[in-house]
Amino acid sequence: MALQVESVSFEYNSREDTPDEANHSFSLTDVSLTIRSGSVTGLLGPNGCGKTTLLKLMAGVLRPRRGVITLGGRAIHGIPRRELAKQIAVVPQETHPAFDYSVLEMVLMGRHPHLGNFQLEGPKDIDIARDSLLATGTQHLAERAYMTLSGGEKQRVVIASGLAQAPDVLLLDEPTASLDLAYQLEIASLLYRLNRDRGVSIVLATHDLNLAASLCDSLALVRSGRVLAHGETREVLTAATIRQLYDVDADVHVHETSGHLTVVPIRRAPRPSL
Amino acid sequence: MTVIESTSRFTHAQLQPMRARLGKTLLAYGALALGACLLAPLVGSTSISLARVFDRSIPFADNVDAQIFFIARLPRVLAGAIVGAALASAGVVLQALLRNPLATPFTLGVSAGAALGAMLAISLGAAITLGPFSPVPLASLTGAFLSAAIVYAMATRSGRPISTSVLLLAGVTLNSFFSALILFIQYMGDFAETYRTVRWLMGDLDVGGFGPILGALPLIMVAFVIFAMLSSSLNVLSVGTETAATRGVDVARTQRLAFISSALATSAAVSLAGPIGFVGIVVPHLVRLMAGVDHRIVLPAAALFGAAFLVACDLMARTVLAPVEVPVGVVTAMLGGPFFLWLLIRKA
Repeated sequence: MALQVESVSFEYNSREDTPDEANHSFSLTDVSLTIRSGSVTGLLGPNGCGKTTLLKLMAGVLRPRRGVITLGGRAIHGIPRRELAKQIAVVPQETHPAFDYSVLEMVLMGRHPHLGNFQLEGPKDIDIARDSLLATGTQHLAERAYMTLSGGEKQRVVIASGLAQAPDVLLLDEPTASLDLAYQLEIASLLYRLNRDRGVSIVLATHDLNLAASLCDSLALVRSGRVLAHGETREVLTAATIRQLYDVDADVHVHETSGHLTVVPIRRAPRPSL
Repeated sequence: MTVIESTSRFTHAQLQPMRARLGKTLLAYGALALGACLLAPLVGSTSISLARVFDRSIPFADNVDAQIFFIARLPRVLAGAIVGAALASAGVVLQALLRNPLATPFTLGVSAGAALGAMLAISLGAAITLGPFSPVPLASLTGAFLSAAIVYAMATRSGRPISTSVLLLAGVTLNSFFSALILFIQYMGDFAETYRTVRWLMGDLDVGGFGPILGALPLIMVAFVIFAMLSSSLNVLSVGTETAATRGVDVARTQRLAFISSALATSAAVSLAGPIGFVGIVVPHLVRLMAGVDHRIVLPAAALFGAAFLVACDLMARTVLAPVEVPVGVVTAMLGGPFFLWLLIRKA
């Protein structure tokens, strides 16, 4: 199912919309994006450009001020919460449960939208949770306490929990931030497999240009709440767009062995004088 | 240490489907609560026998054992059971709502509001009654509702999730503000009134009959029904508010219901027996250590264990220094205080 962002504008209003423990002041202006069914889309942009806000809007956590976001042609804020959660799952940057849940308990919570108010999870839900653990290579952690896991293990468990929602679309906010190189590669290949084997559409916000280049078939470049460019990775990721996006001069070329684009940052570009 | 504990606990959880786990928990903790409620009335300054209490061949008017059991001791034990159940489960709900395992039912200022109400009723000699509520419980219930309403109004904005930081700060501030008012009224009041309020603050389960229990029980039952409705959403909510929102939980509604229901249970419990501390934090933690952290298990288990715990504490209160009676709030605090410190050290 295609996820469509149509001319969406959003601003955090300090009285109504600022979530707890956050002091965002940025906004999004007239953002339009198309997330094709079965695609992998990267959201790139400097810190505070609005990537996380855009993900929250796509997840239905925030509501656009103007414009509309549709899933399979239906406006998402018209879709009941539970139903939406069966179609879109979110993997936040960090997850800190207040209590000492086990990994399996965390993953089973992904079944929440599929269960009625007093319904306990049954064998089918347990099977789906097991399958999600297997898909993320975390089955051996099932009995461990989530809080005792390493960063990379936690991230995979949260992805497993999202998979247990059996979504069509998986939204991830900087899934590889604060992970070491091996874990970064692991998450990347995990996302690649989920997309290829299960047809899950993936949207990820990231600062890792090489991850985006190797994983994403399309990119959206966001700066100061506006989309600078949106399209096929090969067309969008160029030295010129990277300078526009980050004020950084970079060398972009096709890597011989992998065949992906590679980005080598060179230096901070001088800001254009006004 | 934590790893080993969690692992062993979890293996247990994984092998049993949720339904079986819930059944076993209810059975085990239910038996504990029932046992406490049946045994506690048998113990006291006069020893009575359970066989004689339920001996139908002796008319009730002549059956001293039955009179002591049903009239003198059972109301007190039942008050302990429902107050313990209410405070412990309200503690569980507030800890999930605030995403803070160290929150207590009194964190939100409800107890200080109740105390102020009780204090005013005592020092003004109020004589208003309402159904089963006599003046002091009625005034403390009103004070509790009022302070809960103030905190609620401050922390909620239309359509948005509750601000848990405002909730906490407003509750703590209200607690100290009301405590200052209480001290002021005590300072101005005469000695007898001051003694009565201080005694009220120490908590007392000797409610003097079934009437006051019947007043508080419906409020607590309503809260329990809401707790049951919320239990699986509380799991997801305690992982994170935004995570909960993306799992299909109506976060604002769940938070509001959690606040209202736990304030309701706490207010009813405090109006019945005074602010008995530590039950709302010790019991949830003990239960989580024994039965895991899933709220669908923890909530009923904490209610039943809380009932048994407070009945046992009250039994100690009236027997340890007999014939002198120790206020039950002193007993729970003496057991709970060191336990709380141990929890903090263990966490750090």
